[in-house]
Amino acid sequence: MDLKVAQRIVGLLLMGFAVTLTLPLAFSLYDRDGLYIEWVDSMLITAALGLMLWYTARGGRDQLRLREAYVVVTGFWFSVSLAGALPFFLTMAPFISFTDAVFESTSGLTTTGATVLSSLDALPRSILFYRHLLQWFGGMGVVLLGIAVLPLLGVGGMALYAAETPGPVKDAKLAPRIGQTARSLWVVYLGLTVLCAGAYWGLGMSGFDAVGHALSTISTGGFSSHDASFDYFQSAAIELAATVFMLASGLNFALHYTAWWRGKPKVFLEDPETKLYFRLFWIVTAFSIFGLIVTSQETPLLAARHALFTVSSVITSTGFTTVNFSLWPGMLPALLIFLSMIGGCGGSTAGGMKCMRFYLIFKQLRWEVVKVIHPTALPAVMISGRKVDNQIVRSVWGFFFVYATVYVIIMLGLLATGLDEVSAFSAVAATINNLGPGLGEVASSFASVSDAGKWLSAFAMVLGRLEIFTILVLLMPEFWRA
Amino acid sequence: MKIIILGAGQVGSTAAHHLAKEEANDLTVVDLDLNLLRNLQSRLDIRTVHGHASHPETLRKAGIEDAEMVVAVTDSDETNMVACQVAWTLHQTPIKIARVRAVEYLAVAQDMFTANPSEDKSRNAIPVDFVISPEQLVTDHIKRLIQYPGALQVLDFAGGRVRLVGVKVSPDGLLCGQKLRTLREHIPHVDSRVAAIYRRGSGIVPEGDTVIEDGDEVFFIAARRDIRVVMSELRRLESTVRRIVIAGGGNIGLRLAQELEGTNNVKLIERSRDRARQISEILQRTVVLNADAADQDLLEEEGIENTDVFCAVTNTEEANILSAMLAKRLGARKALALISRTSYVDLVEEGSIDVAISPQQITISALLAYVRRGDVVAVHSLRRGAAEAIEAIAHGDSENSKVVGRSIEEVPLPPGVTIGAIVRGEEVLMAHHDLVVESNDHIIMFVTDRSRIPDVEKLFEVGITFT
Amino acid sequence: MNRRMQRVLGMLLALFSLTMLPPALVDLYYDEGQWPAFVAGFLVVLVVGVVLWWGARHATESLRLRDGFFVTALFWIGLGVAGAVPLLLVEAVHLGVADAIFESFSGLTTTGATVLSGLDSLPHSILYYRQQLQWLGGMGIIVLAVAVLPLLGVGGMSLYKAETPGPVKDNKITPRIAETAKALWIIYLGLTVVCALGYWAAGMTLFDAIGHSYSTVAIGGFSTHDASTGFFDSPLIELIAIVFMFLAGANFTLHFVAWRTRSFGHYLRDPEFRLYAIGLLVTALGVALMLDLMEVYPDPEESFMHGLFMVVSIATTTGFATDDFSAWPGVLPILLLLTSFVGACAYSTGGGMKVIRWLLLYKQARREIVQLIHPRAVLLVKLDGVAIPATVLTAVWGFFSAYLVVFGAIMLMVMATGVDHLTAFSTTAACLNNLGPGLGDAAANYADMNANAKWLLVLAMLFGRLEIFTLLVLFTPTFWRR
Repeated sequence: MDLKVAQRIVGLLLMGFAVTLTLPLAFSLYDRDGLYIEWVDSMLITAALGLMLWYTARGGRDQLRLREAYVVVTGFWFSVSLAGALPFFLTMAPFISFTDAVFESTSGLTTTGATVLSSLDALPRSILFYRHLLQWFGGMGVVLLGIAVLPLLGVGGMALYAAETPGPVKDAKLAPRIGQTARSLWVVYLGLTVLCAGAYWGLGMSGFDAVGHALSTISTGGFSSHDASFDYFQSAAIELAATVFMLASGLNFALHYTAWWRGKPKVFLEDPETKLYFRLFWIVTAFSIFGLIVTSQETPLLAARHALFTVSSVITSTGFTTVNFSLWPGMLPALLIFLSMIGGCGGSTAGGMKCMRFYLIFKQLRWEVVKVIHPTALPAVMISGRKVDNQIVRSVWGFFFVYATVYVIIMLGLLATGLDEVSAFSAVAATINNLGPGLGEVASSFASVSDAGKWLSAFAMVLGRLEIFTILVLLMPEFWRA
Repeated sequence: MKIIILGAGQVGSTAAHHLAKEEANDLTVVDLDLNLLRNLQSRLDIRTVHGHASHPETLRKAGIEDAEMVVAVTDSDETNMVACQVAWTLHQTPIKIARVRAVEYLAVAQDMFTANPSEDKSRNAIPVDFVISPEQLVTDHIKRLIQYPGALQVLDFAGGRVRLVGVKVSPDGLLCGQKLRTLREHIPHVDSRVAAIYRRGSGIVPEGDTVIEDGDEVFFIAARRDIRVVMSELRRLESTVRRIVIAGGGNIGLRLAQELEGTNNVKLIERSRDRARQISEILQRTVVLNADAADQDLLEEEGIENTDVFCAVTNTEEANILSAMLAKRLGARKALALISRTSYVDLVEEGSIDVAISPQQITISALLAYVRRGDVVAVHSLRRGAAEAIEAIAHGDSENSKVVGRSIEEVPLPPGVTIGAIVRGEEVLMAHHDLVVESNDHIIMFVTDRSRIPDVEKLFEVGITFT
Repeated sequence: MNRRMQRVLGMLLALFSLTMLPPALVDLYYDEGQWPAFVAGFLVVLVVGVVLWWGARHATESLRLRDGFFVTALFWIGLGVAGAVPLLLVEAVHLGVADAIFESFSGLTTTGATVLSGLDSLPHSILYYRQQLQWLGGMGIIVLAVAVLPLLGVGGMSLYKAETPGPVKDNKITPRIAETAKALWIIYLGLTVVCALGYWAAGMTLFDAIGHSYSTVAIGGFSTHDASTGFFDSPLIELIAIVFMFLAGANFTLHFVAWRTRSFGHYLRDPEFRLYAIGLLVTALGVALMLDLMEVYPDPEESFMHGLFMVVSIATTTGFATDDFSAWPGVLPILLLLTSFVGACAYSTGGGMKVIRWLLLYKQARREIVQLIHPRAVLLVKLDGVAIPATVLTAVWGFFSAYLVVFGAIMLMVMATGVDHLTAFSTTAACLNNLGPGLGDAAANYADMNANAKWLLVLAMLFGRLEIFTLLVLFTPTFWRR
């Protein structure tokens, strides 16, 4: 296995990332916030790092082998998360620790949306815009990962999506495949962002807020430039628009491509995952509205408004808030946490285990129950009329178990760093599902978490984003034994 | 000797070829296929009988009544075993050899077969003196090759105490370009003898002044523990094998994997999904891949360029050749291929494949060891079959034996025959002209001219008082 | 319910009613005046049983597999309800219906959660009755039924298939069901006797010794004292308890083989047993170390004893306590609670998911990761060198998922009744795993929980005891379709 190719690619990506820093730099210059030197420094250091990586790995094979893709993906996410901490660390010194900078950067890139910063409203626009931008790029990366890379690798059942790549690329090698897919999806991603920004602006947000929040919406990230998140705008219309775009971003982007670019919007109606996604959305929303009304906390209309927004934010793991849902009565907070575990559709920017896996597990579970009664029954899990390959079913099971185990281990780790039980439990959900807000101590911010806890949380964010196995594979001795 | 060969297939006909060359043998070959028999008859001076090998009437026609040896090598294990039973029960044929392939029988071979049916009456075992398992022989052969990376052939004598190893000389071998006698100077504390040298296809008798050239195939013998040192003189010693890829999950592939997986990193490629699953259940540490061995993508995916040895042992020799060549091209250090047509062996080794293994050749070697008179313990054909290495025991004393009590110089060896080493108990003594042969010594000799073999046998025969 | 089932149920109830007599005798011995309740209970249950039986006495057909599930569920529920009768009638305590049912089920399912307080001053008969309930529950009344009922003409095979826990259901130790059951029952009895003698010799009163041996070997956890095993303050007693909890949590078929062959080799060769023993040891050492480091106890020996005892008690799902572990600092309470999810070995009297399932799940997960490295490899899951068939593996997956789904659902419902997060989480876990003690509000006992929550927790106990699927099948339409 030749790691040079992987190293070169990561170096290139880092350099590319450095280039994108020109955007916040532009803001800095325009606003004259006095931070442009720090921005330039960040750019140069990052570019230098990228260049160094690329240069020391010159020569060697050209093509990326499948196994090396794991190294590339993991290496990229970890290195850019670290590099992305530089701007925070430099521009906000000395009020920000390195730990916090890494946490914020990782939360941005993984589109989690948990923050350690406070007084957002008073921060310079270059920094705020940078946060939105991180999430937007992270979201694009996630979509590419989910549609082009992971299905090829077959991680946790993702091979199911292998047949759905847009364009004529089904049998191409990895690199050209990614390239072609990126081009197709870029259009959709950009298009949705523009539409969302337009809607926000039209409904009353300032230009800066509209663009920034659109970046965080389509990437289902959840960073806001205001401490109060969406509650700042006090507008039911804006919340509704956000709900629509959040839900849209939780759908499979390959389907978006087919629906809008190829003009076949019916695909959504025929897709079982989409149907499950919406079903879950409506069920939890209904429960929430019911719960809110019954405990007479709110009027029915207000309850509906809050429920719709919150549930859509949670199911897509965006993390925008209009109310502190950790204060909702009875089982609702826990229900929402469970919902975030299920998450959105595969091939979207949403986090969680993904609806498709949940769907498969549920179907397989039904079969197990049937088999208990009729032991000779031959189960066949079908999707859209086609039988699902055994290998995929097995990977999904494996994924579920590993997810649960990793969840528990990280929870224990967070407990050990001093968080109480409820906070620890929800903090894992908030990070591994890339949701953002949790319950208890981490309902609005992770600032009070210990340093060790923050590092662990950041790790959980990347773990969840990369669908766990991608990183675990690297820990297997078999992997390195070629 | 009167010999009946049952089965005119690959092994049967090759054996017939070998044995018919010696005038002392009186051969009859039995088979159900008239064409095969006709073919053989036209080329060799033998008798042929058409019929079912284990039927008493067929055997009678073949002259079983006064036959000294029956070699049952038909396609069917059961026929072979029954034929031996019939031969013994009805005619008390002295020597019975049967080919048995099935692992199931071999696993209980100790209990199932007996070489001494007259003494072992209570056991009711099947009377077979020597069970030949071609797959086991091939597996052992390959295993030894893997043990000595760089070797072309490895043969055991005296229970493994002495090994004969054939090595292709490479330019970085310490002895390359030097005279043979300098071997002594390089490794003074190690005793070894060069048995034969093949240069550009023909044999040379090794002498002290012979200069070793790049590309020579040198056959030497030494005590087991000294093998590596001597090898390093002829070619740079390769590291202990770690990564092995086996193509083909048949009996040989499976057995190989079983014996190698404990100490090496083994991957096995098998085309049939069911078979792949089956062997996956048996193997403990091998990674079983369900794919086509000649699939370039798969080989690259599994890191073929880091593979030390690629063994192509499927049932199809074309597949073996193709996959082995592909593996080499993609970077495997060494490729072995199982070839069934012995005529291809030379052709194949001209190309990129390092070692071509012929199961027939190996089986014949084992077989021929039995067809020797006197106290010959083992006979092996060296590569290309142009010479043989013989291990014989010197019985008797200086009175009735032509060998015991004489120094090596004095032993009246036929021309073209040299003594390589003597194993006395646990001791290995390389042959020197003044070494004296004692009773019960195992003597290892090289015979370049096969027609001399009967002379060697006679040499070791003891006088009338011994039988 | 049809007539066959009715007949069986009737017989079992009638038999069960007899078990209410010993407590009456105990009461007479101690002259505490509670015997009327038990005699009344005996009569009521006997009459109900006989009436049921009489109404269907001519039904002679044997039961089908399908009926076995229904019967299993039916008479666990039936016996649980029947067991509540004396508790309702007894005068010394005033238990409402929910409480009596809770206590009775907690006894029979060997959970060990109690709604009673002031145990030290309760009449002996009641205490004895509780302990006895657990002992009976321990072997699964099914086993008795399998041994006794065949004589009465009920096909035992189908029932046995429904009851036996563990993933490898066809592993019968002797070919005849009745002999198997008899053998297991003798071992169970033997262990109880030796345990009681041990306790008695170590200083417990005869009453306590017998009572505690009942709930030790049944892995129940009911005690005759509020402070549980901590009451005796005797390291020797604690040690004996540890030994017998450990033995009761091991696979009884291993005990049977050891007894037959008079050798201990089998234990070490069994992969589940090895994992069980090593897991307990490592966890105990870890907990002891943490206790020592956090200075919870003055000296290391105490930390070690408490650590070892609590780990063995909770991991095997017994539930005895030498101290209040919910007050331990940091990650310890949750960590201990989580070990109860692993539970004891298959074919033991313990609860939880069972060690062997975790072993298989781990191996499968590992296989899935390695499969990513060698996509075309044929990888098998092996135990002790033998390949495990795919049907067993999918059944284990299914079980795991079902377990978590049931856990989540019940926990949410408990939250909906108004219980706080931590208590809901821990009590659901403690009941589903048949452990006993929870955290939060239920750390001491369950008396203060609301009635609805108690009913839900009873459901959890049943799910756990019946290994989920036995009960789950009753919720599927497939089951009811003829």
